[in-house]
Amino acid sequence: MLILHCPYCGVDAEETELSPGGEAHVKRFGPGASDEEFRDYLFARENPKGVHFERWRHANGCGKWFHAARCTMTLEVFGTYSAQTTEPPKEIRDAITAKRPGWTWREVE
Amino acid sequence: MSEPITAPITALGGARHDGLARIEEVGLHGMITLRGDLASKAVKAAVMAATGAKLPGQRGVVRGKSGTAIWMSPDELLLCPYAEVDATLGKVTAALGTAHALAVDVSDARAMLTVSGPAAREVLAKLCPVDFAPGAFGPGMVRRTRMAQVPAAIWMEQDESFRVICFRSVARYVFDLLGVAAQPGSGVGVY
Repeated sequence: MLILHCPYCGVDAEETELSPGGEAHVKRFGPGASDEEFRDYLFARENPKGVHFERWRHANGCGKWFHAARCTMTLEVFGTYSAQTTEPPKEIRDAITAKRPGWTWREVE
Repeated sequence: MSEPITAPITALGGARHDGLARIEEVGLHGMITLRGDLASKAVKAAVMAATGAKLPGQRGVVRGKSGTAIWMSPDELLLCPYAEVDATLGKVTAALGTAHALAVDVSDARAMLTVSGPAAREVLAKLCPVDFAPGAFGPGMVRRTRMAQVPAAIWMEQDESFRVICFRSVARYVFDLLGVAAQPGSGVGVY
């Protein structure tokens, strides 16, 4: 069971109160994007064993989207943060580095 | 032929169930959804105009002279006026003025129930993934959550009875759920 802290209403919500929104920070190129860029936006996903960034929605709660950083192997949650960002904030990256030195995810480290 | 409906009808006809806890339908109750920037003066004025209450803080419920203001999300409040909803909505709209905000009468979209009695906390805790322990949840707090398969908002009145809001279309489902959870002899004795 995954328990995520909703950064908007401050509730420690369990998985059944949330709905998953897939991978975080997927960038859409354009206008005039190449076929490869549009393909990657639609289909290319990370599927890592370890550190991962995801979008979640507090569906049965305040209804807000937020981001979560967690480990897909141990289900450890490193932190949750606002949806209004295009990359993981520094405090989240630092929290991950403290527990998983040398981690990478896409071009983030 | 069915008769034309001349007066509003409650979702459950004032249903009531006695078990470990008493579950009652509150009946017709005014509810106004207010969305906007909660830090703005216009929203504060609108809350004051509708309920006579101050703006509730995060997950807070504030009771005023003419109604209750409930925090629903960082940009949404639910105002429950005691009196005429139309008139209150007019006051809210007037108080909002030209501010970028939305106020809508949602009374007929929702149903409201009360769950009271010493085992009320336990009855609700059977259905929701929420810590309803006396130290963790008390009067003046609201929690939007999942009640079995449907969303619900739950808050506690000063007398430690719970108010539950659900969508009107699932009112019967929620009432029956609570009834089963409050079945005599099914007490867990956690709280």
